[in-house]
Amino acid sequence: MKIHEYQGKEILRKFGVTTPRGVPCFSVDEAVKAAETLGGKVWVVKAQIHAGGRGKGGGVKVAKSLDEVRQYAGQILGMQLVTHQTGPEGQKVRRLLIEEGADIKKEYYVAALTDRATQKVAMMASSEGGMDIEEVAHSTPEKILKVFVDPATGLTDEQALYLSNGIGVPEGSTAQAVDTLKKLYTTYMETDASLAEINPLILEGNGTIKALDAKFNFDSNALYRHPEIVEFRDLDEEDADEIEASKFDLAYISLDGNIGCLVNGAGLAMATMDTIKLFGAEPANFLDVGGGATTEKVTEAFKIMLKNPKVKGILVNIFGGIMRCDTIATGVVTAAKEVHLSVPLVVRMKGTNEEIGKQILRDSGLPIIAADTMAEAAQKIVDAVK
Amino acid sequence: MSILINKDTKVITQGITGKTGQFHTEKCQEYANGKECFVAGVNPKKAGEKIFDIPIYASVKEAAAETGATVSVIYVPPAGAAAAIWEAVEADLDLAICITEGIPVRDMLEVRNKMKKKVAAGGKETLLLGPNCPGLITPEEIKIGIMPGHIHRKGRIGVVSRSGTLTYEAVAQLTEIGLGQSSAVGIGGDPINGLKHIDVMRMFNEDPDTDAVIMIGEIGGPDEAEAAQWCKANMKKPIVGFIAGVTAPAGKRMGHAGALISGGADTADAKLAIMEECGFTVTRNPSEMAKLLKAML
Repeated sequence: MKIHEYQGKEILRKFGVTTPRGVPCFSVDEAVKAAETLGGKVWVVKAQIHAGGRGKGGGVKVAKSLDEVRQYAGQILGMQLVTHQTGPEGQKVRRLLIEEGADIKKEYYVAALTDRATQKVAMMASSEGGMDIEEVAHSTPEKILKVFVDPATGLTDEQALYLSNGIGVPEGSTAQAVDTLKKLYTTYMETDASLAEINPLILEGNGTIKALDAKFNFDSNALYRHPEIVEFRDLDEEDADEIEASKFDLAYISLDGNIGCLVNGAGLAMATMDTIKLFGAEPANFLDVGGGATTEKVTEAFKIMLKNPKVKGILVNIFGGIMRCDTIATGVVTAAKEVHLSVPLVVRMKGTNEEIGKQILRDSGLPIIAADTMAEAAQKIVDAVK
Repeated sequence: MSILINKDTKVITQGITGKTGQFHTEKCQEYANGKECFVAGVNPKKAGEKIFDIPIYASVKEAAAETGATVSVIYVPPAGAAAAIWEAVEADLDLAICITEGIPVRDMLEVRNKMKKKVAAGGKETLLLGPNCPGLITPEEIKIGIMPGHIHRKGRIGVVSRSGTLTYEAVAQLTEIGLGQSSAVGIGGDPINGLKHIDVMRMFNEDPDTDAVIMIGEIGGPDEAEAAQWCKANMKKPIVGFIAGVTAPAGKRMGHAGALISGGADTADAKLAIMEECGFTVTRNPSEMAKLLKAML
């Protein structure tokens, strides 16, 4: 689960990391008022959306007067902000962060994430702050330092010092940088984050270290023990169909193609999407109905897929193991009738009670196209939508 | 023969009294030598009772001591699953198989690091399969986990995969064209897990009764590439490889917690390229896995 920058900074402050003072706002008037309250002569007006690259897309502006705050807030609020992470249609800006200006002397990058190979938390740091870290990793990988943390000991002073010195934090600010790194690690662990990134972490003219940005992602398996983080969830930033699907315990992801697919199991669902592409079309979604698909679940899955106007055909691929094919067939027939299915439907069923399942489909009176293999199913649905 | 388990393996079921644990224990008991294999259950509140004629003990340690079991299978719900794994490790079992889906990553990080420290300090190593996996099966001998037993046939092909239903897909294809399986292993879809592709490939390589292997992976993480490099230098048997997720967008979790593209190296295309370079016969058509393998024998 992702959250906004201002929420991330709230979490960081709770764990003792220094950030600029700022106020989240939902209207232009609120933004001007926030700037007045913050005081000073320079403010930063920052679009709050879950995607990165906001600055380049015109979503971050420095205002040198209250009039400019009003002007920029008006421009940014409500805009469709397009970044390299939003896709071409962009994301509508509904929230702003008004922040006091910072005296940036140097920008660094620091982050915590789980490293799958070592099965430890990797703390990363770079002197190249403020840039796209993927780009730094690609062009100058030597400028990214990493240490791997033993969860029993936490990030040690030695490790934090190695990172701080390695990215060139001046001596006078070392203690604060070390402290910030250790607190970032603690935040990461205590909140069950899957990514905690500060880019940039800045050095100010007076030597202060501050988190100028905050990007968090949280392990959805652990949200049950973090009600305070679940409260940060912003449904406006998520795909409406994905939210609807999650209510029925369906793993659904919208894609750009025109063939809807309904599969049991994440691996088989991806393999089905890949097979559709192999036969010359593109999948409209990823949809895993899971192990215990009921008629109700299958019906909801059909409804969600068919909400997408791009869908011109549907492929159902079920490997009936514990879940029997006749159960699924009944679910598919009920669902197809309930939604008055008007696009071609290919069903491939394999496994327990396969023949009974196929008979149910044949007896349904619906124009369901049967297939024996994933490849045959993909070929048939691709032909049917041509 | 097989890897990791056979008809003589004795198994403890952790979480045997829960709905999932009960359902699958019954199915496992019904399969091949299951009645002899599933010898104990664990639930501190129901110690002394029996379920499907299987005695329930208060702890894994006690169950192991009383029955001589060396393997456990875990159906404990996510919040307590990492602790259940650690209980199996502390009881010095040979293998713990964790079926549970949805364990917090941090819990897995902590238990995996504790497991490695125990071994580094000279303690007995307990292998972990999973979590978030279907388990493993040695056809016509023993099934530990949630896979449908009837699609399997005894034979000489190994199967290893992160995905449950994709493992069944490969197994069913093999069975259909007359190739049985030595063992089929689901290593699970989580980012922090126990046995990885490389470990299972090593075992299949050493198993005199495995002639060839189907290795199935998916987007996310470095495991398949690591296994491929190892196979290039060491594997003496033919391998068919498939990676799911060519069409998966970056940055989106595709059902499995671990199926998430986070860089250039963990896309399906990148993994397929490395596997091909390392001598695998790779396919982009998952319906052809068994057919390709048969052609290589």
